[in-house]
Amino acid sequence: MLSRTADHLYWMARYTERAENLARMLDVNSRMSLLPQGAEILQQGWIATLTIIGLMDAFRQRYGAVTSSNVIAFMAFDRDNPLSICSCVHAARENARAVRGTLTSEIWETLNATWLEMRGTSLRSSNEEEVGSFFEWVKYRSHVARGVIQGTMLRDEAWHFTWLGTYLERADSTARILDVKYHLLLPRGEQAGGAADYYQWSALLHSVSAFEIYRRVYRDLITPRRVAELLVLRDDMPRSLRRCMSQVHMHLQSVRNAQSAETERRAGELQASLHFGRIDSVFEIGLHEYLVRFLGKVRDLGDRVSRDFLVSAAD
Amino acid sequence: MLATPYDEMHASDGDVREHEHYKTFASWLARTPGERVAHKRAEADTLFHRVGITFTVYGEDAGTERLIPFDIVPRIIPANEWKHLAAGLKQRVRALNAFTNDIYHSQEILNAGRIPAEQVLCNGQYRPEMQGIDVPGSIYAHIAGIDVVRAGEGEFYVLEDNLRVPSGVSYMLEDRRMMMRLFPELFALHSVAPVEHYPDLLLENLRSVAPSGVNDPTVVLLTPGAYNSAYFEHAFLAQQMGIELVEGQDLFVDDEFVYMRTTRGPQRVDVIYRRIDDDFLDPLVFRPDSMLGIPGLLAAYRAGRVTIANAIGTGVADDKSIYPYVPEMVRFYLGEEPLLSNVPTFVLRRKEDLDYTLAHLRELVVKEVHGAGGYGMLIGPAASKAELEAFRQRILRAPEKYIAQPTLALSACPTFVDAGIAPRHIDLRPFVLSGREVTLVPGGLTRVALREGSLVVNSSQGGGTKDTWVLER
Repeated sequence: MLSRTADHLYWMARYTERAENLARMLDVNSRMSLLPQGAEILQQGWIATLTIIGLMDAFRQRYGAVTSSNVIAFMAFDRDNPLSICSCVHAARENARAVRGTLTSEIWETLNATWLEMRGTSLRSSNEEEVGSFFEWVKYRSHVARGVIQGTMLRDEAWHFTWLGTYLERADSTARILDVKYHLLLPRGEQAGGAADYYQWSALLHSVSAFEIYRRVYRDLITPRRVAELLVLRDDMPRSLRRCMSQVHMHLQSVRNAQSAETERRAGELQASLHFGRIDSVFEIGLHEYLVRFLGKVRDLGDRVSRDFLVSAAD
Repeated sequence: MLATPYDEMHASDGDVREHEHYKTFASWLARTPGERVAHKRAEADTLFHRVGITFTVYGEDAGTERLIPFDIVPRIIPANEWKHLAAGLKQRVRALNAFTNDIYHSQEILNAGRIPAEQVLCNGQYRPEMQGIDVPGSIYAHIAGIDVVRAGEGEFYVLEDNLRVPSGVSYMLEDRRMMMRLFPELFALHSVAPVEHYPDLLLENLRSVAPSGVNDPTVVLLTPGAYNSAYFEHAFLAQQMGIELVEGQDLFVDDEFVYMRTTRGPQRVDVIYRRIDDDFLDPLVFRPDSMLGIPGLLAAYRAGRVTIANAIGTGVADDKSIYPYVPEMVRFYLGEEPLLSNVPTFVLRRKEDLDYTLAHLRELVVKEVHGAGGYGMLIGPAASKAELEAFRQRILRAPEKYIAQPTLALSACPTFVDAGIAPRHIDLRPFVLSGREVTLVPGGLTRVALREGSLVVNSSQGGGTKDTWVLER
């Protein structure tokens, strides 16, 4: 298939997934703001979120004070922020529009309808109820998009590039969500306990749809180590790093070309380290350090996918 | 001022009796409750929006997407009228292709003095780069959109030949799909000739003109990109034909062969159905600032390694200053009398035509010879004094840039408007395909001027569309 087509499909999927993960990230933070905790902790949560997305400076310039309402206005609805949910939904739709001939009409109609509906709504970022249901809606539309892709798309190259984008983005997001929370919740060493901690960890699990899963898998107290294990190393956890990387590796094998061997090897290496890894060794390196390295590898894979397939060989 | 337009549905002015071919529809409309029809119209709007059948309007905010209004009253053409029209269209397109081939080779029609040579050779649409190049099958206009109107007692006239990158066929197909979805019962009552196979015919046609020696040609559709006004159509046709929709950046030329960049490396391209104007095709030969084209494409084309459809240089045959000579082409190349008439046309480079036009500006339609899309034209009867005067000055500055035609009383077809159903002027653009043979699907795009009294049907000027039914009996 055309390199440019593959590129649009890949980014269509990435932006769809990114919008969903942003909604998850913002949702968990705004839920925490309902807990009886100090304003300072809440603010730290927002600062950590903005920092890990890399938008702290841009936010400061445009909005100043770090308040829930400001951050949500910036990260959810601000069209001038290229990484806001709004901008991601729009970018997903524009990428789909550029290759609508390759998509099934259901996929195009789904992404187009999401954008049309978003364009038509005006929400107040200060209204918790509205904001909460907006995040739910974004997640729901992302589920719908994935379902339609799953249910209607031919299993050809287009399919593989779509999922490659989805899983690389998801790996990146899960690592960031975990890093923000881990950082924030455990400033020093690994100590758990207290009601506030419990709520924060459960909020984190909720944000990646893993709360019920945790209960089923561990049937025990929520501990940071197990949360990390679930989100890093479990193959049956759909948003875990391991799950994402085994999917990335699989789809890379399916689109293999003359120049992609090294990319495939690196994906395989990363997947193998997750496959055979133990949570103890993760904690020996330090979770934050581990996640930073992981994010670097995911970024490298993204760059390599672009180079090998999407902006294909020069004349 | 204007004669009463021919009424497509009713037998004569003031008469409530319908033409035979409209009777079934009229009685269906009469017995169908108003609410149901209104409901269906709203449904059509929603569906068109959701499917994203939009076009982009130039001059407004970049990337403004608008819906082309769709009217649910079909335009019906009885079998015998279509038969005559189709024969006339095929004849005309044959002659136009023969003319283009002649101009870029021996120029017999000029030598015979049937068309003034400077009219052709000094025309900005004449491409000297094409002189002496053989193209497969000597076909230049593989896809022709011929604009036809009915005037007077219902006679068909050709208003314009579109031989460069005619658009609109996707609306013909989508309008039909929409009508069948909204009103399946109407199709049970009529035997409407199908048009859905157009993409198959088009693909077959494009494959038939591949460079010789290519067994299984790769055909691509070349678009300027997602912000072009007709992008929806480009994507739609590529999808329907199952071919790649490419932009200039996806193609490159190596050793006079054209390749597309794919995820598995370069792949040969044999036929390019281009929806980009000549000027933008190859920055090495035409506009050097074009970001849309492919450097070296013309060299590959001249070497016979790739077919471009429509060919480069077809503009010389559909220019409005050449239009008056098309009937002469039919006689010259085919030795036949034209089956379809031209609209009488004044060519303002001729002194006597210019004088007449300036004296009768109020009654005439004046068009720029290179204009398209309804931009830059004057409709005398609808213009204010100031507009007439301004246009008079423009004509005087460069008369050779204009032609003038009498204001035709375009036929009118009942159409849904705010106040209910009222007659609105329409035209018709059938699409004629030329390859190994000349074919066309029974139908075309009917455009309707939605503003009362307006004669401008272009979508960029507030026109809408209707489904076009050619009856099989």
